[in-house]
Amino acid sequence: MNHQLEINNITKSYGDLKANDDVSLNIKPSSIHALLGENGAGKSTLVKVIYGSLIPDRGEMKWLGKSYSPKNPFDAREQGIAMVFQHFSLFESLTVEENIVLGLDGVRLDENFTEQITEYSKQYGLDINPQQVVGDLSVGARQRVEIIRCLMQNPKLLIMDEPTSVLTPQEVSDLFITLRKLADDGCSILYISHKLEEVRQICSEATILRGGKLVESCIPQDYSQQELAEMMIGKKLIQLARSNINTGEDIFSINDLSQKSDDMFGVNLKNISLSITKGSIVGIAGVAGNGQDELMELLIGEVSSPAGTLNFKGGDIGNLNSHQRRQLSMFFIPEERLGHGAVPDMGLNENMLISRPQSSEMTSYGVIDWGNVEKLTQKVISDFDVQTPSTKMLAKSLSGGNLQKFMVGRELIQNPELLIVSQPTWGVDAGSANNIHQALITLADKGSAILIISQDLDEILTLCEQIYVLSEGSLSTAVDMKENGLETISQLMVGSEKQ
Amino acid sequence: MIRLILRTQPSKAMIFLSPLLAITLTAVTAFFIFVFILTDIEVSSVFYALFVEPLIDIYYVSELLVKATPLIIIALGLSIGFRAGVWNIGAEGQYVIGGIAGSTVGLYFYDVEGFWLMPLMSLAAILGGMFYAGIAAFLRTKYQVNEILVTLMLTYVAVLFLSAMVQGPLRDPSGFNFPESRLFHDSALLPIIWQGTRVNVSLIIAIILSFVAWFGLKKHISGMQVKITGSAPRAAKFAGFDDKKTVWFSLLISGGLAGLAGLFEAAGPIGQLNPGLPQFYGFTAIIVAFLARLHPIAIIFSALLIALTYLGGENVQIYFNLPSSITNIFQGMLLFYFLACEILIKYKVVFIKTTGQRI
Repeated sequence: MNHQLEINNITKSYGDLKANDDVSLNIKPSSIHALLGENGAGKSTLVKVIYGSLIPDRGEMKWLGKSYSPKNPFDAREQGIAMVFQHFSLFESLTVEENIVLGLDGVRLDENFTEQITEYSKQYGLDINPQQVVGDLSVGARQRVEIIRCLMQNPKLLIMDEPTSVLTPQEVSDLFITLRKLADDGCSILYISHKLEEVRQICSEATILRGGKLVESCIPQDYSQQELAEMMIGKKLIQLARSNINTGEDIFSINDLSQKSDDMFGVNLKNISLSITKGSIVGIAGVAGNGQDELMELLIGEVSSPAGTLNFKGGDIGNLNSHQRRQLSMFFIPEERLGHGAVPDMGLNENMLISRPQSSEMTSYGVIDWGNVEKLTQKVISDFDVQTPSTKMLAKSLSGGNLQKFMVGRELIQNPELLIVSQPTWGVDAGSANNIHQALITLADKGSAILIISQDLDEILTLCEQIYVLSEGSLSTAVDMKENGLETISQLMVGSEKQ
Repeated sequence: MIRLILRTQPSKAMIFLSPLLAITLTAVTAFFIFVFILTDIEVSSVFYALFVEPLIDIYYVSELLVKATPLIIIALGLSIGFRAGVWNIGAEGQYVIGGIAGSTVGLYFYDVEGFWLMPLMSLAAILGGMFYAGIAAFLRTKYQVNEILVTLMLTYVAVLFLSAMVQGPLRDPSGFNFPESRLFHDSALLPIIWQGTRVNVSLIIAIILSFVAWFGLKKHISGMQVKITGSAPRAAKFAGFDDKKTVWFSLLISGGLAGLAGLFEAAGPIGQLNPGLPQFYGFTAIIVAFLARLHPIAIIFSALLIALTYLGGENVQIYFNLPSSITNIFQGMLLFYFLACEILIKYKVVFIKTTGQRI
């Protein structure tokens, strides 16, 4: 058969770990091919092999019918393989065209070049103004810049790493139009994702990896989302359901909270009001950078709030720091794991001490009882299925999913009356995400209140009974999900977006 | 090709081996330097004077302990701040101010004998050092002024203040106008613990302080506060630790200890307050702290090592007329190699063939 890219029996090991074990994959011309797998399944290794940043131990590749073994990414680009990374590499202070020209070899910034950009942007519906400064662009627009930069190299294969993780629903559907057009013009696309609904929507083929091995190459539409997910994680998913929605009186409220940001690029929060009842899960949806970080700082107590704006169990907590708030049974899970929720260079046991209510037996008169800390760490590790050889493993050596399970566990073993969590499953594999969601639901069933701030709309829709949208520092009123809820949310999210 | 590959866990063996490797490399480099610059002197005899003699002669060993004591005390304080990312570079200044404060109390009671005097002088010295470092803490927490600059520049102020004091109010009335204070009387002097040498009780205090610091860093939440603040400031905020308090805490502890060391020097080996008090101990203690990887117990050993470079340096100066900067060269090389070798704790060296296959 005529394949654009043929990958046969690639094996790549790091020490004893086989990151790719005998993986084969074929990409047809003009196809959008999904590469599915959890974190650590070997997706990145395989992509790095294709893109020339890793050289495989065994196996061979064929590109356009010829033997292909790139020495480095430069080599790969020369031959027509381009990649859009999950984390963009753009200079915020430069304009779009300057950024594009910087990423290319042997071109100069002139009128001709600007015209070329405009041409591509028109042809593929990649709405962009070449003279605009990247710092002013939304995430979606930045991604379009990256895509145009790749397209200028006339690729025959475009690799996209988790392209939709930061986009609004509208931006996602725009992206899909572009991708389909690209595929029709003969550029095949390798689409790395763990969002199964999207894969079923746009991809014509899918290759699923698990633990470095090929699980299945299939047509994604032949399977349900659940079946694909189970193939990916290799076990049955728990069906999420609230067993006991028994909401009680208000436990926490934000009353007309406004806060100017100290940071030049920060977002000012405007008149935010919200209240949460016992036993309920409330969600705040919205695109990143619309005030989520600023709001989270205030909720955690890293920045104090004006008197009367934050009320927990009938008391004003605006002035309390995070440690004092924890004493009242209010616990937090920040979005950023390394460096915020956990200290990267410290062991899990030491990281336990970051969140320590007085009532716990971790310290007495400031002296740490390492024996008890060890016991509690063990409990978190076993109760929340954290994969780690010991409690002394450095936080940074754990995978994102494992560290997140640890952080969720660390707060949940305190049985919080209120849990505030930002991006609970950001960058976490499907299996772990499922476990975390279940743990949150169990907590709410027991009568605790949960506030979730998340960009992942699916997550909010699955978990929350009440949904608000945060946009440019303002919080909407609760969205009525019975009447065109999704559309309302989408509009609220995009409505005030930049550009 | 040689590549550094991140270890999954820091190597326990390398924590101990890397300082030894650094010392070996320093000795090897020194050997080559000497081979080049020495024409008429045997390199081996220079090495003997540098490294061997100070370790086999009783007098030298006692002097080693005398020199190491202030270094231990200052480095302990500094290591706490360095862990928190608070860079007190001016321990020398706090050392001088502490020395002046403590000595002033001792001189004020020059005709009174009593066991209480030494503790009172120590308290004054600690408060003096704390006050001086507190200036930097105040400016940093209130106006975000960089503490490196403030502490460093205040050092020069302190040294000038010392000469003003010994030429003015604290000058010995019967001292023929020499810029020196009275000689301290018995109650204002530290008791000698090794007869016939200058080793005094401050050595024991330094060792006790090392263990206290070790306990604090390992077992007390304030030690965790310092470590977390230094390693991940946002995580420290998340934990509810006040970063301003950490700055104050770090600077007050390091200032207080430096002040105490200043008094111990005046009330110990010197026996009076004179312009010879500043010996660069405050700066050298920075090297001591880093050589010990900021570990309180290891500081005892790194202080002894640095003290050895002092004594060895003086030795070759006397015997062979070599410049006194030999000491600085050794200290510089030690720190340089030490920091370079430290990478082996977190990384391992792997030899790779150019084909990309691992050997």
